[in-house]
Amino acid sequence: MPSDLPAQPRPARVVFYNDPKVRSIAYQLVLCTVVALLVYGAARNAIDNLARAQIASGFGFWNQTAGFDISQTLIEYSSRGSTYGRAFWVGLLNTLLVAGLGIVFATIIGFIVGISRLSTNWLLAKAAGGYVEIIRNLPLLLQLLFWYNAVLKAMPDIRESIVIPGGLILNNRGFFLPLPILKGGLGFVELSLLGGVVAAVAFYVWARKRQERTGQRAPVLVVTLLLVIGLPLAVFALVGRPIGFEFPQAGRFNVAGGIEVLPEFVALLFGLSIYTAAFIAEVVRAGILAVSRGQSEAAYSLGLKPGPTLRMIVVPQAMRVIIPPLTSQYLNLTKNSSLAVAIGYPDLVQVFTGTVLNQTGQAVEVVAITMLVYLVISLTTSLIMNIYNRRMALVER
Amino acid sequence: MTADENSGSLLKPGRLRTETAVELIQLNKWYGDFHVLRDINLKVRGGERIVICGPSGSGKSTMIRCINRLEEHQGGQILVDGVEVTADLKKIDEVRREVGMVFQHFNLFPHLTVLENCALAPIWVRKMPKKEAEEVALHYLKRVKIPEQANKYPGQLSGGQQQRVAIARALCMNPKIMLFDEPTSALDPEMVKEVLDTMVALAHDGMTMLVVTHEMGFARQVANRIVFMDEGQIVEANVPDEFFAHPQHERTKLFLSQILR
Amino acid sequence: MTMAEGDLAVAEVAFVRRATIAPRPPPAEMTGAIGWLRANLVSTPFNIALTVLIVLLLAWAVPEIVRFLVIDAVWSGSDRDACLWTVQHREIGACWPFVWERLPYFIYGSYPIPQRWRVDVFFLMLAVGVVWLLWLKAPRRDLGAIYFFIVLPVVSYILLTGWSAIGLEPVDTVLWGGVLVTIVVASVGIVFSLPLGIILALGRRSRMPAVRTLSVIFIEFVRGVPLITVLFMAGVMLPLFVPEQYSPDKLVRALVGIAIFASAYMAEVVRAGLQAIPRGQYEGAMAVGLGYAQMTRLVILPQALTVTIPNIVNTYIGLFKDTTLVFIVGIFDLLRTIEVARIDPKWATPVTSTTGYAVAAIFYLIFCYGMSRYARAMEARLAKGGRR
Repeated sequence: MPSDLPAQPRPARVVFYNDPKVRSIAYQLVLCTVVALLVYGAARNAIDNLARAQIASGFGFWNQTAGFDISQTLIEYSSRGSTYGRAFWVGLLNTLLVAGLGIVFATIIGFIVGISRLSTNWLLAKAAGGYVEIIRNLPLLLQLLFWYNAVLKAMPDIRESIVIPGGLILNNRGFFLPLPILKGGLGFVELSLLGGVVAAVAFYVWARKRQERTGQRAPVLVVTLLLVIGLPLAVFALVGRPIGFEFPQAGRFNVAGGIEVLPEFVALLFGLSIYTAAFIAEVVRAGILAVSRGQSEAAYSLGLKPGPTLRMIVVPQAMRVIIPPLTSQYLNLTKNSSLAVAIGYPDLVQVFTGTVLNQTGQAVEVVAITMLVYLVISLTTSLIMNIYNRRMALVER
Repeated sequence: MTADENSGSLLKPGRLRTETAVELIQLNKWYGDFHVLRDINLKVRGGERIVICGPSGSGKSTMIRCINRLEEHQGGQILVDGVEVTADLKKIDEVRREVGMVFQHFNLFPHLTVLENCALAPIWVRKMPKKEAEEVALHYLKRVKIPEQANKYPGQLSGGQQQRVAIARALCMNPKIMLFDEPTSALDPEMVKEVLDTMVALAHDGMTMLVVTHEMGFARQVANRIVFMDEGQIVEANVPDEFFAHPQHERTKLFLSQILR
Repeated sequence: MTMAEGDLAVAEVAFVRRATIAPRPPPAEMTGAIGWLRANLVSTPFNIALTVLIVLLLAWAVPEIVRFLVIDAVWSGSDRDACLWTVQHREIGACWPFVWERLPYFIYGSYPIPQRWRVDVFFLMLAVGVVWLLWLKAPRRDLGAIYFFIVLPVVSYILLTGWSAIGLEPVDTVLWGGVLVTIVVASVGIVFSLPLGIILALGRRSRMPAVRTLSVIFIEFVRGVPLITVLFMAGVMLPLFVPEQYSPDKLVRALVGIAIFASAYMAEVVRAGLQAIPRGQYEGAMAVGLGYAQMTRLVILPQALTVTIPNIVNTYIGLFKDTTLVFIVGIFDLLRTIEVARIDPKWATPVTSTTGYAVAAIFYLIFCYGMSRYARAMEARLAKGGRR
């Protein structure tokens, strides 16, 4: 009878120090206490030591006059009038400049080398492989020092500058490029470029729709090139060539005119691009290999030619595999640009954590700000990468 | 010029120009030093269904992959509906348009929907308008009995469903000849039947088929001829009843004893 | 070619082969050097152009390198005159006398000459440890792990820094330099990053929120900033956080920075390995009654570490290259000693710098390439040895 059912046994009472939940809380409490004590102790020591060395605290230094020169500034800066804060921005912009250009060059070189490694041409594949193996196994700092000291500083003196027709002068003070001078009439060229781009997009959309309707394809690539490059060039000639160039002239002691590019910048750009390209090449190679051969075989057996197969079947799948590690390499390049401090290029680390820290002595604030900048760059990129990954994941059961 | 662009409805099976769908004449192929196909001679008439069987490594997959130039041969000739398969790119394109292939591992394009998988080639190779291509795709998806999956991605389908989509995808190009490279070998047993049923229906519609497979039940049901290959050469060929009942060659007898339980 | 009749024709229905066709060698155009050349190098006009381009490039580059390193190189001499074009009146390649004279400096730095035997003993002990751990057929490799991770660090520390009580004269780390410093920094990084990385990885996967949060913060913070900033942080901030009497010397600060940095990266590598272990392993271990510590030590970690050995070695290669960054915080690693030596006026010639960099390149190539070959061999072994 139901009322005669024996009472359900209750779970045995656990001694509190064996209960996993209690233990877990205990461990965490101990850990947090230890960490808190360490942090407190470190902070106290820091305050004592700083006070003893009579170093200021806080961020007041940001608005103090800098008083030192920077060899490359993308924005207005003067040693007499600009603040440490301004110096920070100069350094940051220099970092972004070399990192941005480095990323572009490294990607181009990396993709070429990566695809070459898969070529059926044995010599090409081996040469590309050799490049990757050697560059990846030498420290970046060594490569930077080599480029800077053995190549750029070894360039000839100003009197024996290398002159390349077209307005390029190379010597041990740097590279000198023609400076574009914008004259009147440029507006028309810019308008025609804008118009060309708009027209090209419109044409692309129209051609797409037409293909869906009738199946016929239009020569989109040729038309786009004509509109975006040919049209502005034609207007440029018609309006009387409104872009002039001031060509650098090599004198006895100086080069007059033109744009001066620091040898430090060139060395850093070369070193970073060539080094990171070797890693990008491996990423690209792995991505292409990840697409199984059966995919292109299926496309060929349907009658698709190699061009469309690559474009619609292989590359989309390869890019899924390539893009996450590719962004990782981009981040590495940006962080590696901090090696500028070894060859004197005024990037963020060299200017801020170098000169500013030396002058103000406020190590904690300066290093913290620098780290924060890089952290923000890294974490933002990771976040964007995560969103991208989730959106592009192949839909599966 | 070819009549296929103006064939109007792609819903009827492609018509062969000549009587012989596929002809292999003294076909020889080497992988490096390894003589993988030796003096293959085979004539397949329009509408015939040939089943090719043999132990692994016998060269059966290699042989049919030579037909649509996924592999290159070094000796002999291959003629597909009168067109010789050589290194000439135009000839290769012509042949690949008329020959469909179904792979052991399906090889569906995972980043496209089922419908897009099927409509891709008609749009880009036969230059069809998108609407028409999608109609054709839906027609063939109905033929293989999974029209409701049109907007799903291959990763969401079972193995059997994926292989049927692969068959539909090949059919959308209205091929005259279909090649099957071990179409059911990668499937779980309970899904083999649905694919075989699809292939049987295809056979009954009059499609010329070359099928590399171990499924002897299927062979008995629809094959006109069974070709047994070993060590790169054709060892024996016969109608199914005779082939199973009275195998002549020693190797055939050994093979049959191993696979028929 | 018309169809042959009889034995070979399969046009009609039934066919049985009488005589087996023996395998034949492939046609001449396919095989040998000619065949390979045709397939690989000259198959299309584009390929031909490419091949020609690369051959030209190599024909210029390789003889240049050989010329510099061997043919035009100077092999003996006592100062810059031996390597100057103006004095020798011939093409000058690498200035090897510069290297011979400075080699002890490159290897030991300024370590006192009578005490250099201690550095040699250290190198020897390290080599023994490495071989013991890496050679798969070595006996009692578990003892090797204890030797490498516990005995070796302690003994090396005493040996290199000195302990007057047993008669080893103390040598300040300021005097250390060159290969000694590079190897010490790399070894410390390697020895500490793996255990610390394992702890961090386990922490990141822990179910206790405080542990997980702290691990994640540490790992993401260290991985998000350049190594330089970590070294600067260790260099300038460490003395601040520590009471004055314990202020660590420069080398120790750099070692701390390197160890912290390497552990964060190692943590991610180990975490990937842990994630590759199927749940069944955890469940089997728990079913048998193993506690968390035992399960981790005996079942999970051995498998995780084995699976990620190639990645661990790749991280070590990166660590080895990263040791050069201590240059920037004033430590005299190999690269810095070469930098100091090459601007010595006694040896000032146009080729001195390149010679110095060549020496550094050879050193790093040997070590890094050697490590990457080992990683690849391990990868091949793992792939062969039947994964799950």
